[in-house]
Amino acid sequence: MSASGGIPTAPPARVTQPAASPLDGIDAALAERLLSAALGSGGHYADLYFEHRAGADYVLEDGRVRTVGRGVTLGLGVRVLRGDATGYAYTEELAEDRMLAAARTAGQIASSGDAPGPIAVRPVPLADRYPVSEPSFARAGVDKIALLRRADVAARAADPRIVRVEASLAEELREVLVVTSDGHLARDSQPMIRFGVSAVAEEGGERQVGRSGGAGRFGMEIFARPGQSPEEHGREAARLAIGMLHAVEAPAGPMEVVLGAGESGILLHEAVGHGLEADFNRKKTSNYAGQMGQTVASPLCTVVDDGTIKNERGSINVDDEGNVGQRNVLIENGVLVGYMQDRLSARHFGIAPSGNGRRQSFRHEPLPRMTNTFLAPGTDDPEDIIKSVTRGVYAKRFSGGQVNISNGDFVFALTESYLIEDGKLTAPLKGTNLIGNGPEVLRKVTMLGGDFELSQGTWTCGKDGQSVPVGIGTPTMKIAEITVGGTKTR
Amino acid sequence: MSGATFDKMTPGPVAATGRRLPDPKQCQRFAEQMLRLALKAGADGAEVLVRDGNELEVKVRLGETELIKEAGSRALGLRVIKQQRAAVTYTSDFSPAGLERFARDSVDLAALAEPDPEGALPAREEMARTVADLDLWDEAVLSIDVAEGLRRARVGEAAALKLDKRVTNSDGAVFGRTVGASAFATSAGFSGAVRGTHVSFAVEPICDDADGKKRNGVYWTASRFASGLADPEAVGLEAARRTLAKLGSRKIPTGAAPIVFSPDAGRSLVGQLAGVMSGGALWRRSTYLAGREGTLVASPLCELLDDPLIPRGPGSRAFDGEGLPSRTNVLVSGGILRTFLCDVYAARKLGRRSTGSAARAVGGGPHVGFSNLILRPGRTPAAELERLDRGLYVTDLMGFGFNGVSGDYSQGAAGFWIEGGERAFPVGEITVSASFDDLWKRVDAVGDDLDTRSSVQCPTFRVSEMMIAGT
Repeated sequence: MSASGGIPTAPPARVTQPAASPLDGIDAALAERLLSAALGSGGHYADLYFEHRAGADYVLEDGRVRTVGRGVTLGLGVRVLRGDATGYAYTEELAEDRMLAAARTAGQIASSGDAPGPIAVRPVPLADRYPVSEPSFARAGVDKIALLRRADVAARAADPRIVRVEASLAEELREVLVVTSDGHLARDSQPMIRFGVSAVAEEGGERQVGRSGGAGRFGMEIFARPGQSPEEHGREAARLAIGMLHAVEAPAGPMEVVLGAGESGILLHEAVGHGLEADFNRKKTSNYAGQMGQTVASPLCTVVDDGTIKNERGSINVDDEGNVGQRNVLIENGVLVGYMQDRLSARHFGIAPSGNGRRQSFRHEPLPRMTNTFLAPGTDDPEDIIKSVTRGVYAKRFSGGQVNISNGDFVFALTESYLIEDGKLTAPLKGTNLIGNGPEVLRKVTMLGGDFELSQGTWTCGKDGQSVPVGIGTPTMKIAEITVGGTKTR
Repeated sequence: MSGATFDKMTPGPVAATGRRLPDPKQCQRFAEQMLRLALKAGADGAEVLVRDGNELEVKVRLGETELIKEAGSRALGLRVIKQQRAAVTYTSDFSPAGLERFARDSVDLAALAEPDPEGALPAREEMARTVADLDLWDEAVLSIDVAEGLRRARVGEAAALKLDKRVTNSDGAVFGRTVGASAFATSAGFSGAVRGTHVSFAVEPICDDADGKKRNGVYWTASRFASGLADPEAVGLEAARRTLAKLGSRKIPTGAAPIVFSPDAGRSLVGQLAGVMSGGALWRRSTYLAGREGTLVASPLCELLDDPLIPRGPGSRAFDGEGLPSRTNVLVSGGILRTFLCDVYAARKLGRRSTGSAARAVGGGPHVGFSNLILRPGRTPAAELERLDRGLYVTDLMGFGFNGVSGDYSQGAAGFWIEGGERAFPVGEITVSASFDDLWKRVDAVGDDLDTRSSVQCPTFRVSEMMIAGT
């Protein structure tokens, strides 16, 4: 399409690869015209975010592919900053007059000021953090459906008490082009694939569900990775559902808790991750505000946010405001050393952005967000950690968490957990919650395993109504005391 | 924050600057054109949803403008069925060539699905014949522009900051306005279009607590009509009062106690209860209420209904997501489960008839959903529910602790400890737990204070005993 021409066209569903992207028609000259219009009312900075997103999903329920889905969205988001204030507008029509109108609408945040100087943009060189060997969109739909079937068969074969299986596969290819008034031009192609299985088990009057899944910036090669085959997810979902059939009531009250490697990274995400996003600290609404350089966790704890991990769900070659993805240490040996910065907050703090400016889509303004957030490994043997507990809870899988940024209270829901009695895992526990306060709980980390794992990667983080994919990770860790939200008193 | 509105599914805000208003007639033309194209491309049946919305969001923090966001958004969702195989697709490309290609590609895509006789479109005689005017459009909403939104936000936030010197910070005041139109056309024999407006306003002050923690609180107002919004200053003052009341929050000892749920907290429990009364969950064997119709699933004090036909209701709709007429459904009366809500597919799977409860978003096919979900108020003044020797009044719930398959329930909570019938001190960092079945059967009082701001509505209600995990 031409730079000023009509509505770009979506790639047809039959075409397996978006052959020519509608973003190909956006050249530097057009971008410069739009940025000039955006800054016409006196904003100090503007950026353009062009996005073309193609998605498809396949669901197998009760042994049958009921529907297949596919969709395409395309649009431009324009942001203008003036001081700490943001003007935002977007359009789904990429005709130049519509884009100029959006640019001027975003520019209304500024009401006076000098006309912008000349804007000259140049490409930002990017690393490739998500090399894909078998792009999923290049493969026929029937191949993906075959994967769902394999998971379905494996889950059903695992146990006769499995009465229902659902398997799904979703794939997405997001092409983005970010152009900023300070001269960055970055183009990225961000793949994502997600696979999930849920299994329902019944016995007597009892009914339980188990879920397993994996995701990342991969193509079809994800299914060859350890633990990521359709069969493994099918069997794992069945195992979890069956295991829960005999779960006992969880205890209520404070106790020692051991969090297993990998999925327990949700603790870091909720307990410290959000609180270290720069916007909350710029506004002093986070309980970590003003604590830079202070001890905020046990000296065992080093917390890192790393957008550069190969193929991880939260990895980014470039963030959604034109800064390259980075590895940022947030807490080093218990001491707070860094926040996650977007442009707006970084300017406020007078430092460089950390590559954490992310957004859900062209319809959303960027915010400081996590990428892949994890706790670095310690040196303890995971077995020893469990053995050290006389009575407590071992938690392995979770359905979600939430934090109150201001007071630091966080909660996360356990879907696979066990009682620890005299250093041994005993009964599986019914679904329950752990509740704690971020800084308090991190000071109570008393043992840290050498067995670091990243989560299999199906997490999505929500903030201010925007969802972005994230990664989490942790070694096995022991928390000396945290409140377990069960129903049973000692 | 606010409940289901017409544009719940169309992501994001939009532009007033020289932009056309969403036009239901135009949406309907697009929908009908798309329907013809889909049938021409070889579909045996098809249904089309078109949504068009404008949205404005402005935010003020500590007296300064923080955000002005304005935009318009339009999208089209299609479900096609060919030889009993279905595809669900969406696009935002409305060019004639784009729509034609989209129709062909969607029909081709359906070949990947497997034949599913139960997935056929509704029978012709089931379709809505008229589109009721539910009074969901307010012209006055259109006159609230950026300047007026900012003015309200400044006034509301200033009132909160001025009330008490312990209000030291703010997460700002936000005014939001959405204006939308949508149309639905199906080859099963229905085509209709509606439009609606929605406005909301919220203030979120922050206080510094003695232990270095911060306490945040929020109060909000929302309505389909401009005249239905509370005064910005009153909202700011109430937000500040609620936040100040949390100063000194502490944990309480682990143990069982009666629990009073405020409408703000109770709303999520009501939503979760209705979720396990969905025909979709029933045929998927994914609800602990399977096989419980006609039996007691809650206290006899509980009456739960889904009513899409309330004039000016936040979740009101004239027809459902498959073009069936909207109707009021009683889910629970006298504590007895009367029905599961069904869309056409769930009804066929279960050998029943649809209850007109299909929800539909542009990006997905029809599924069972709710409109205005209401736990009916009782006659007891809400304040009387707190006449307890000891108990907990819950204002906030957090986390993902409900498993609808097993009925296990546990969530983080905050509120006030009650002693001798009075709120003694604020409480935080605790959990409340019970089996969900026990929770609802143990409701021993329902207040008279129905909160109608959102599409899930409930009064204050009390549960005779739940487990609290704290110190």
